[in-house]
Amino acid sequence: MDFATSLKMGLKALLSNRLRSALTILGVVIGVAAVIGVVAIAQGSQRQVTSQIESLGTYLLTVSIRGRGADKMLTSDDVTELTAGIDGIAGVSPVVTGSATAKYGTRKYDCSLLGVNEQYATVRDLQLETGRFFTQIDISTRQKVALLGQNVVAELFGLSDPVGKDIKLNGQTFVVIGVLAPRGGGPAGTEDDQVLIPVTSAERLVGRRGVSTFYIRGQDKESVKQISTAISDRLYRRFRDQDAYRIFDQTQMLQTVTNVSQTLTLMLASIAFISLLVGGIGIMNIMLVSVVERTKEIGLRKAVGATRRDIMSQFLLESAMLSGVGGVLGIISGEILAGAIASAIKVPAVFPWAGAGIALGLALVVGIGFGIYPASRAANLAPIEALRTE
Amino acid sequence: MIKVENLRKTYRAGLVEVPALRGVSFEVDEREYVAIVGPSGSGKSTLMHLLGCLDVPSAGRYIFDGVEVSTLGEDELARVRNRKIGFVFQGFHLLPRLTALENVELPLVYRGVGAATRRKRAIRALELVGLGARVQHYPNELSGGEQQRVAIARAMVGDPILLLADEPTGNLDSRTGADVLDLFRRINETGCTVIMVTHNMTAASRAKRLLKIRDGLLEGDERV
Repeated sequence: MDFATSLKMGLKALLSNRLRSALTILGVVIGVAAVIGVVAIAQGSQRQVTSQIESLGTYLLTVSIRGRGADKMLTSDDVTELTAGIDGIAGVSPVVTGSATAKYGTRKYDCSLLGVNEQYATVRDLQLETGRFFTQIDISTRQKVALLGQNVVAELFGLSDPVGKDIKLNGQTFVVIGVLAPRGGGPAGTEDDQVLIPVTSAERLVGRRGVSTFYIRGQDKESVKQISTAISDRLYRRFRDQDAYRIFDQTQMLQTVTNVSQTLTLMLASIAFISLLVGGIGIMNIMLVSVVERTKEIGLRKAVGATRRDIMSQFLLESAMLSGVGGVLGIISGEILAGAIASAIKVPAVFPWAGAGIALGLALVVGIGFGIYPASRAANLAPIEALRTE
Repeated sequence: MIKVENLRKTYRAGLVEVPALRGVSFEVDEREYVAIVGPSGSGKSTLMHLLGCLDVPSAGRYIFDGVEVSTLGEDELARVRNRKIGFVFQGFHLLPRLTALENVELPLVYRGVGAATRRKRAIRALELVGLGARVQHYPNELSGGEQQRVAIARAMVGDPILLLADEPTGNLDSRTGADVLDLFRRINETGCTVIMVTHNMTAASRAKRLLKIRDGLLEGDERV
């Protein structure tokens, strides 16, 4: 029998029981929508967490100095010394943190102050909106120059151009040499609230020698591990105390987060898959009813020459159509569902194309799988038994 | 064309074996018009199922068109039914969701005939039974006589060599019944063998040969 004729006959059979077909399809729709929705939300949250971690900068090592006292601290020169001669380093920047009140004219803004060096832009993937970044001369000669984050600019300058203007940071005058591109969330609140100045100037302004943190950027994933080991060795030799420092490997963190969220996604998707199975049982149920109702039809078809195979494929096609339509509608409603939940809990929904393919495939497998038993019952009906039914 | 030797069929009802045919032998030649008559329960329907390859005998031989039917598998039986036999039933057995045309096309669908050819042949078959104007009607829009004529068109659309009818006039009034019997005579005159099972003697008298069945045995064989 040609496929077009089979399809037409299947469609007629399903349309002759619209409500029943619709309810059966609904079972599959709910199953597929649950799978798609769960995966979309899970992947969305994973992507959000990942991008937050990635916003720290790629291949980044964060070294925190936790020791107190003169023997357990590092100056910016120490950092240079400590990292010298290690292979695979793309950039190093010490960071001195503090807070400052920035003033321009009569306007004031409390911002976080970061003392960094000329490599900080490379290390942290910073982009400038206008102006220039620090040069080595700015650092070595303790220039009083500053780069402003977006929020700082908005508060102090409104819409006017800040580059070349003088601002006061804790009473000292700094010249604005540039504006950082918007960046959003970071590990310590939004980075748009920051003011960057040369680390050497920051040590004086904050009144504290010693850097609390420094960043190292590796050239690739492999070098990050080697650098981490090398730095750890050197720091231990210096401090003789493992608690005096901590090295935070962003790549490793990312890996952990990815692993955890993949496991969670899989787990949630399996739970959602159960509802798809229930949908499949619905198909089986309705196909069994349909076989009984159409006993006479089956007998007649066999009498005029339908083989077992013809009858089998007719019923399998019907259950595949139910689950296929359910699968497609399920993907659509799953996407809508994910979108609604995502906007409610403020997580981006990632539409899982691969997941949609898999869910549709699963729906078809479920439909055909649960259709096999009813279809073979139909196919095995003896023609005279079937014709006798009045 | 048909050769039946000591044909037996036993049904199993629970633990009890019910013999429906207890050894029937006869031959039917090409172009014959045979009526099989007998009271209900005589085994005539069973005989018809066996002749129509809808069921296989418990014992005995049935040779149809040179082929020993008892040796055929299920798919081969389906093929024989599809290509060589046309069926007409008492209850018409039209599929209610299909139009007259689609019902008539059905045997050709299972023969793998293309849609265009199928349609052409089905329309011709419907015209031959006088329903050329009703091709797009559904069975419930047709009278009993018309439904039976659609069923006859379906039986004849594949040019079978044997037309088997099971109480074809049983659900019809005498006038439409007579029309159907006229149709059978015309079909027989074109060269198709016709075998009709009935307990209606008026219908049976239209045939050229009468096979009488009683209690699963052949009781008489008369040529008119």
